[in-house]
Amino acid sequence: MKEELFVSGRNIPNIDPYLHVWHWQIPLYLFLGGLAAGILFFASYYVVTDKEKQMPYTVKWAPIIAPFALVLGLGALFLDLKHQLYFWRLYTTVRITSPMSWGAWTLMLITPMSFIWVASYMKEMFPNWDWKFEILNKFEAWIIKVRVPFAWIMMALSIILGVYTGILLSAFNARPLWNTSILGPLFLTSGLSTGLATIIWISKDKNERKLLSRIDLILILVELFLIIHLFMGFLASSAVQTEAAALFLGGEFTVTFWVFVVILGLAFPATLEALELRGYHVPAWVPPFLILFGGLVFRFVMVEAGQITRFLY
Amino acid sequence: MKTRRDFIKISAAGTGAAAIGLHSLKLRGFSLLGDENEQTPASDEEMTPYPTYCEVCFWKCAGWTYVDKKGNIRKVIGNENDPHCNGRLCPRGTGGIGMYYDEDRLKHPLIRETKPDGTQYFRKASWDEALDVIAEKMDKLRKEHGPECLALFSHGTGGKLVSHLVKAYGSPNISAPSFAQCRGPREVGFTATFGEDVMSPERTDIRDTKCLVLIGSHIGENMHNGQIQEMSAALENGATIITVDPRFSTAASHSKYWLPIKPATDMALLLAWMHVIIYENLYDKEYVEKYTFGFDELKEHVKNKTPEWAYGLTTIEPEIIRRTAREMAAASPRVLVHPGRHVTWYGDDTQRSRAIAILNALLGSWGRRGGFYNPESVHVPNYPHPPYPKPKRSWKDAYPPGKYKLVSEVLSTGICDATIPNPDLDCHLRGWIVYGTNLMASLPDQKKTIAAINNLDFLVVIDTMPMDITGYADVVLPECTYLERYDFLRTSPHREPVIALRMPAAKPKYDSKPNWWITKQLANRLGLQDYFQWENIEELLDWQLKKIGSSLDEMKRVGVKKYPREYDDLYNLENLEDFEFNTNTGKIELYSTELEMEGFDPLPNYTRHPEPPEGYYRLNYGRAPMHTFSRTSNNHNLWDLMNENSVWVNPKVADLWEIKNGQYVWLKNQDGIVSSFPIKVRVTERIRWDSVYMVHGFGHTDKKLRRAYGRGASDSELVSKVYLDPVMGGTGMRSNFVTFLKEKPGNNREEVES
Amino acid sequence: MRYAMAIDTAKCVGCGDCVVACQTENNVPHGYCRDWIVETVSGSYPNVQIELRSERCNHCDNAPCVRCCPTGASHIVEGGIVMVTHNECIGCGACIESCPYDARYSHPEGYVDKCTFCKHRVDKGQNPACVDVCPTHCLHFGDLDDPNSDVSKALKNRNWKVLAPEAGTKPQLYFLI
Ligand SMILES: Nc1nc2c(c(=O)[nH]1)N[C@H]1C(S)=C(S)[C@@H](COP(=O)(O)OP(=O)(O)OC[C@H]3O[C@@H](n4cnc5c(=O)[nH]c(N)nc54)[C@H](O)[C@@H]3O)O[C@H]1N2
Ligand SMILES: Nc1nc2c(c(=O)[nH]1)N[C@H]1C(S)=C(S)[C@@H](COP(=O)(O)OP(=O)(O)OC[C@H]3O[C@@H](n4cnc5c(=O)[nH]c(N)nc54)[C@H](O)[C@@H]3O)O[C@H]1N2
Ligand code: SF4
Ligand code: SF4
Ligand code: SF4
Ligand code: SF4
Ligand code: SF4
Ligand SMILES: [Mo]
Repeated sequence: MKEELFVSGRNIPNIDPYLHVWHWQIPLYLFLGGLAAGILFFASYYVVTDKEKQMPYTVKWAPIIAPFALVLGLGALFLDLKHQLYFWRLYTTVRITSPMSWGAWTLMLITPMSFIWVASYMKEMFPNWDWKFEILNKFEAWIIKVRVPFAWIMMALSIILGVYTGILLSAFNARPLWNTSILGPLFLTSGLSTGLATIIWISKDKNERKLLSRIDLILILVELFLIIHLFMGFLASSAVQTEAAALFLGGEFTVTFWVFVVILGLAFPATLEALELRGYHVPAWVPPFLILFGGLVFRFVMVEAGQITRFLY
Repeated sequence: MKTRRDFIKISAAGTGAAAIGLHSLKLRGFSLLGDENEQTPASDEEMTPYPTYCEVCFWKCAGWTYVDKKGNIRKVIGNENDPHCNGRLCPRGTGGIGMYYDEDRLKHPLIRETKPDGTQYFRKASWDEALDVIAEKMDKLRKEHGPECLALFSHGTGGKLVSHLVKAYGSPNISAPSFAQCRGPREVGFTATFGEDVMSPERTDIRDTKCLVLIGSHIGENMHNGQIQEMSAALENGATIITVDPRFSTAASHSKYWLPIKPATDMALLLAWMHVIIYENLYDKEYVEKYTFGFDELKEHVKNKTPEWAYGLTTIEPEIIRRTAREMAAASPRVLVHPGRHVTWYGDDTQRSRAIAILNALLGSWGRRGGFYNPESVHVPNYPHPPYPKPKRSWKDAYPPGKYKLVSEVLSTGICDATIPNPDLDCHLRGWIVYGTNLMASLPDQKKTIAAINNLDFLVVIDTMPMDITGYADVVLPECTYLERYDFLRTSPHREPVIALRMPAAKPKYDSKPNWWITKQLANRLGLQDYFQWENIEELLDWQLKKIGSSLDEMKRVGVKKYPREYDDLYNLENLEDFEFNTNTGKIELYSTELEMEGFDPLPNYTRHPEPPEGYYRLNYGRAPMHTFSRTSNNHNLWDLMNENSVWVNPKVADLWEIKNGQYVWLKNQDGIVSSFPIKVRVTERIRWDSVYMVHGFGHTDKKLRRAYGRGASDSELVSKVYLDPVMGGTGMRSNFVTFLKEKPGNNREEVES
Repeated sequence: MRYAMAIDTAKCVGCGDCVVACQTENNVPHGYCRDWIVETVSGSYPNVQIELRSERCNHCDNAPCVRCCPTGASHIVEGGIVMVTHNECIGCGACIESCPYDARYSHPEGYVDKCTFCKHRVDKGQNPACVDVCPTHCLHFGDLDDPNSDVSKALKNRNWKVLAPEAGTKPQLYFLI
């Protein structure tokens, strides 16, 4: 029998017996960040590719959600900080090696940009809108003029944001479950997919939805492929990673992950979307709802399970 | 006046407001902006060190109490010049500040009162009131029954002054659980052999030994500082360690040989070792010839005690018995068969200690480097006082004449016997003072202790904490901790004579007082002021120190002072110097004439001890390195390291009972006694399948110990069967057997809350 | 200069003195600790072995906790000691997540804390508190670049291992076996 125990009764809150430093705030933050990244990516992409007209909901309406998601996400992040009065320290330095740092800076840039983006469409969306102050009107005019370069920047930032939500975890070698380069693309894809789902949910334009559903289907397939890849990688890897994978293959996260994330969150909405594309009638909110829900659960599961996995020594 | 002494939980009186929850109200990070200093380590240069010696156990390591500029005690660090600790305290000594800071400490004197409806409670009292009550009771006792009807239990440094008071009062009944529950058999067994005892700190030269044999002595868990340090040094120097223990102790894990002996069969192993050493001609011939008496009788006695014979009893393979015997002999005389300390195991413990002593004699290790050295202490004169009155009776009157003649100290259990009235006794003990010992946890057979207490006219407890025993007291006096007081100088023997000073590093917290003040006050009230002719203890200490060429001022600066040895005889038999032993024959008595005269076996014999009945397991207990008995279990610093004990169970046994690691169970012993609290199971390969193991000192029943209450289980309450040592009255406590209860049993405790 | 510690598992008795000494020296709040003891038991009765290890921050040469810190509160100073500046730390927990040894904890005041190798003592030429208190002398501290340092001497003639080398952190606690 092999036995390992702390002789000195170590029992530090949130660290023993299992690490549980990050609670609901971080997965929520990652979810909202990914979602906003997805929305902003597609909004800017269709501006850059000059498809603004065909994609009105993608470009104008859906982005309204982005600033709220970002602010909410930042709020969650702030709540998670244990030394909140020193929050400003994030913005006195740039740490290239710290995803948390460039994530914070990306958010610092993309959050105001998302506001500006929405503001610049206010008059198009609500014809009676008036900014009251001349300076604001002037600013708006200028933004509209530089919208294409603005969109390029925002597109780049949204990709960084999306990747960041995955890299944040995968940068932690110490947690075998997160210690894989697939997590970055996986979170990016999932973020884009949840963003798309939101747009699809909002969109009232049939053609727009059709196009987006097609993209979403591809994204989901990519996601499923990455997940399979993830587990194949784990199983072919070191003992600690095999053990990490075991949490999902018979372990305590098996049902949550395979039922809620993979089946209900990916496979089932993908099937529905495919059916819809073939002309079957599916209630419009169902696939996006499932995708969003699956995406949220996915992040909770990854953050929780990842903290349980550790190096054995 | 006989009251049924209900157990009172000290509660109504003296609850400090709990500072819980305040922390969470603070804005996170805010206090840092204000006051950074609290969080950072104070630099030693900014603090004032006060000399002390540790009172968390009886090793008494000298150290320095560091006090910061705000007057907070920050840490206690060992004194570099002290041979007890060499600058390093053990975890309990380092965590000693937890005793000072404990919010659950006794805070005011308490007096037991009875409400009209008969319920009893403690009333907070002033010192004057409490001391008056005690003095009045002591005076009445003295007048009506004679001063010999008082008994004192005292353990620890402060007890010396209380003893002085009790001797001045006229009673010889001064006892501690450190004899009949601890060292007694060893001291009697070694004295019968060498004419001298082992002493404390033990005169074992572990530092220089080449072969250390530990028989159930679990150094490393038994954290007596000097011994653990020297054992580590010996390991470093390549010494061989042979550990005989039914449990895989920490010491066993660091040993070259571990002999997983069947419990209670050590005597067979010891006899077989003697057999091999004698019949393979491995003993120290010159030494044995020159110094010992009765070798031929011994040789004849162990003739049949072959390793093969012992194998059947001990389960230790004959080949291993031979190999280890040869290993000892090869190191001889720098070999040390350790006498152990807590040796009251099976009732034949004096004889087992004798066997250990004899083995050492055969190996020529007594008085030799790497064996037993010859310790010396500084003789500090007593402050002048009139001679003590001569007592007319003693606790021994409770026994037939001649019984316990070889007992060198007062038996704690003897005091209990002498307190319970019996027809052959014209007067039983009627008053107890209990200083610094938690009798409920340290005496076996709690029923008997409680029966004795119920026969008392009064019980005074002087303690620092609301320990179990305080609940039975009529008056509770809160002493301040060792960090807040002066005490007598430490003069324990060592390689070099040495003294150490303890002085306060802070004012006594709450309304607590030092023992010297308490005893002097009582003496004044009892008309014994002639025995306390000093104004305060500083005057007494300074007087004593000046007599030995030092002063209080000097000692305050250095803390520890060494004196040269009177003779250069640390290893007084190293070169076969002439020596007369303090025994009947003047020799090392392998064959004990003294025991023979008293009607006991002159040579140790193997006796068979009871074995657990079906479904029961032998209850084995011991120490955890981070706790001292029951006294530290509420100490926050040490509680952090270990906050409950667990019961060690072999995986096979666990499988049989379908008990899982970490599961809580209740233990029930052979007499049907069930532990008050459940205890966590540790399933481990480190324990045999015929016994279970737990650390002594947990399972406190008083809620006033907010941290320790209900944590773990108490071995003491399960030790109800005692095997008395016929030679010296030691209480063999290791033949109790327990079984597991997986469900909560019915509540079997009666308690009165106030 | 490269400070490191060697822990002699053949001598450690798991007493926890190093833990209490750290607590009192560094004002570690109750319920938390900067060092701790692990016991591993292998084999089966009566062929049992145990290993006792006094563990703490490994002051990794390749410290992920420093890399992932967004504010620079976690940083490396002279001699390779990994430190946390309390009033730069925002308490984001990233460094806690990044440490394979669970060596860091979140102080009740909010910032992250851990072993400092007792820099305040080492700077004055003293040993860390845990090293100086250990009754078995099983902790050795010093500069690896100095062949005469206590730690270099301890490592010279003994076999040693580090914990979780596969995590790639290049830990600087050496366990003598
Ligand atoms: N079941 C069982 N019984 C045992 C043992 C065992 O292992 N198992 N061990 C035996 C042994 S070896 C021994 S030596 C005895 C020890 O037995 P005790 O000496 O009774 O040991 P403790 O439990 O430490 O009790 C010490 C008491 O002194 C108090 N105290 C501490 N410091 C001070 C102080 O400065 N002043 C005053 N006034 N009080 C103080 C503590 O609060 C506590 O109540 O127990 C023996 N009994
Ligand atoms: N940390 C700490 N250290 C202490 C103390 C403390 O309270 N805490 N108390 C001090 C005091 S006063 C004393 S007396 C000493 C006691 O210390 P020791 O004299 O070392 O203690 P024991 O209780 O006799 O020994 C316990 C060991 O005996 C083993 N044992 C049990 N039954 C048998 C048997 O039949 N045969 C053999 N060979 N071994 C057996 C147990 O498995 C256990 O390992 O410790 C001292 N040191
Ligand atoms: S051995 Fe430990 S508890 Fe005992 S006196 Fe020394 S430091 Fe104090
Ligand atoms: S103080 Fe020394 S012996 Fe005790 S646990 Fe720490 S490292 Fe081990
Ligand atoms: S042990 Fe952990 S906290 Fe210490 S340097 Fe290495 S990664 Fe950082
Ligand atoms: S918790 Fe503090 S030290 Fe750790 S990474 Fe965050 S800011 Fe840096
Ligand atoms: S080096 Fe200092 S801070 Fe680190 S564990 Fe030891 S005592 Fe604590
Ligand atoms: Mo003892």
